[in-house]
Amino acid sequence: MLNKHKFVLLIAVIMLLPMVSLMPVVAAQDAAPDCGTEPVVLNAYFETGFDIPFRLAEEFTRQYPNVTWDIKQDQFTNLINSTPRLLSGDNPPDLIRLPTMVSFAMQGLLMDLDGYAEAFGWNDWPVPQLDQNRVAEDGTRGSGTLFAMGLNYSLTGVFYNKELAAQIGMTEPPATLAEFEALLAAAKEADLLPIMQWGSARSGMGLAFPLQALMASVGPVGPINDWIYQKPDATIVSESNIEAAEHLLRWIEAGYFPSDINAIEYTDANGRFAQGEGVFIFNGDWQNAVYNAEMPGNIGFFLMPPAEEGGAPAAMSAPLTFGIAANAVNADCAAFFFNWVASNETAREIGVLVGGSNPGGPSGLEMPAVEEGSVTNETLAAGVVVGEAGTSMDFIANATSAIFAQGWTPELQKMVGGRQDAAGLLEAVQAEYERQLEE
Amino acid sequence: MVTAMTLSEPVSQPIASSRKTLSSKPISRESVIGWLFVLPALIMYAIFVLFPLLQSVRYSFFRWNGIGEMRWVGLDNYATILDDPNLLGTIYNALILVIFFSVIPVTLGLIVASIIHRIAPGKLGAVARTVLFLPQVIPLVAAGIIWGWLLALTGLINQLLDAVGLGAITRAWLGDFDWALPAVGFIGVWVLLGFCTVLLWTGMTKLDPALFESARIDGADWRTEFTRITVPLLRQEIGVCLTVTIIAALAAFDIVYVTTAGGPGNATAVPGIQIYILAFTQQRIGLASALSVMLMTLVLLIILPIQFFNRDTSK
Repeated sequence: MLNKHKFVLLIAVIMLLPMVSLMPVVAAQDAAPDCGTEPVVLNAYFETGFDIPFRLAEEFTRQYPNVTWDIKQDQFTNLINSTPRLLSGDNPPDLIRLPTMVSFAMQGLLMDLDGYAEAFGWNDWPVPQLDQNRVAEDGTRGSGTLFAMGLNYSLTGVFYNKELAAQIGMTEPPATLAEFEALLAAAKEADLLPIMQWGSARSGMGLAFPLQALMASVGPVGPINDWIYQKPDATIVSESNIEAAEHLLRWIEAGYFPSDINAIEYTDANGRFAQGEGVFIFNGDWQNAVYNAEMPGNIGFFLMPPAEEGGAPAAMSAPLTFGIAANAVNADCAAFFFNWVASNETAREIGVLVGGSNPGGPSGLEMPAVEEGSVTNETLAAGVVVGEAGTSMDFIANATSAIFAQGWTPELQKMVGGRQDAAGLLEAVQAEYERQLEE
Repeated sequence: MVTAMTLSEPVSQPIASSRKTLSSKPISRESVIGWLFVLPALIMYAIFVLFPLLQSVRYSFFRWNGIGEMRWVGLDNYATILDDPNLLGTIYNALILVIFFSVIPVTLGLIVASIIHRIAPGKLGAVARTVLFLPQVIPLVAAGIIWGWLLALTGLINQLLDAVGLGAITRAWLGDFDWALPAVGFIGVWVLLGFCTVLLWTGMTKLDPALFESARIDGADWRTEFTRITVPLLRQEIGVCLTVTIIAALAAFDIVYVTTAGGPGNATAVPGIQIYILAFTQQRIGLASALSVMLMTLVLLIILPIQFFNRDTSK
């Protein structure tokens, strides 16, 4: 028979059991998650043609041999189409390259990363890194829940062929838009193609790069970001943006771009530029490794200059965004990978040397060394300038999942074909944007 | 037993009589066996063709992103297509492609097959047929990529035009608003001409040579032979060519996607491309389904009369 004390003790033990069983869980929540020691196969979807995630995956397995990868890859345009089905499918990816994220976040297909941000201390990183991947409850970007992370943080601007630039008398990068336009005119005068750019529907219209650069040159970046982040009542049809589009139209009419731009693919444009066709090309630092290899010592970079002398240059700077599916099996390990990418020395080196971009991560970490004479030095330095000025923007093509394919690309192609004017371009894109947001 | 009696009837019994015996019995063993033979194919057809078809029709009445909840919108998706010039324009582009994918290959195919049949029945004819048929064995995606290079500003086509003094008309054919659709259509001619030629030539070889002989004795020239004998007697083959090529034109996707992806602007956007973009890029499954249903209806509206006029009435 149980006496009273034993009975009370037994009850106490029974009461405590569930709490004891919860203890490991609580302890696990306190420590930052990792990949453990058991074999883990990370189910990943990467973008074809971009080496950086593949190289990072290789290095990660080298450092954590229990983690192996099941990597599927596809073209960016195909990924745009298949991402919703991959995220909602039976075998959701642990890691996936995200072309856009708002609709996926709103549909509950992406994992909320706020817990991981807390555990790993990502919230202490320089603010802009995480903000572009946050989505608020009303679907606006820039604040709210964290749904994705960048493997690195790319920067766009103007690359130039140093030999050809010297031919037109360019001794240093232009300080104002007027100086840049004078150089374009000089290139045309010298029978050189001023700007090489791509523009086929398959690659997506590359004139969106100079257009956005012009928008930020003649106007403020805030309203552009508001539009990209889908803030209420945001519009792309503003006075300064129309002025920017008019600049672009004048460049088109002056023959500053190749006459066959509507048929040029991204890879062809870069190939032709490397072969000496075009003094300038608007592109991003993800192309650094290729430019360094194909145009050693002959490639330079500058940020699009402001219209006003002394103004701050601005640039499109976006994370190489990856997310974790809401139902991913190895979410902890994927989150640990994100943290490793930004903080591990070798991973950061890969981010810079292969990816060509700033690896981000906690402030105070040393930037990996880059070979002397590499254009990567110039893009990294430019990134610091934009970071200090607070003039970075996301890409206008990322405002909605289909705005690039259904808005910017066809309307800019029409502008090249003489079938669209500056205001008409922006109004058509705005109408498409509003229609897509209504969906 | 009736069934046993039916089965034991001599094989030489006239078919008409046999049919009558079978049709008078609601379920005969033969028909059951027949259905059993057909069943596997029928099940596959039902799963992979009929079910998706009915689902598409159903989706076309909903607003749905493919993941979330479906909302009934009645005929709104169809109204959207008829209201939106970009969507309606894709059907117009597809009809233009019919000229290139169907009218030109069938017409040229008739002429080429007739020439091969008349003047080159030997090895030369075999070589000509093989060369013309080769595009059929090349995957359309590969053909599209190759033609993308050929039609580029610095491609072979422009080099040839330059060489013959037509440098003034050179351009990036696939990036030009006025010429992109005809350029894509030209690729279609290249792909489908061989198919039509070989099919029509096969038909010609079955025609009774006595007909041509007696026509020639009566003094008929090549043109008269062609219009009075060849074309009327090849009605069936022409019908097949038209059916296959018109469907290829209206449902075109691969060549267009690989060469222009619908650009520049929407100059080469065809329903196939637009359905793909609506369904997979924009996640507008309902609207994409409605456009698919409209495309299918359009195909049937064009193909059924061809089938009707080409039906074999000789029996």
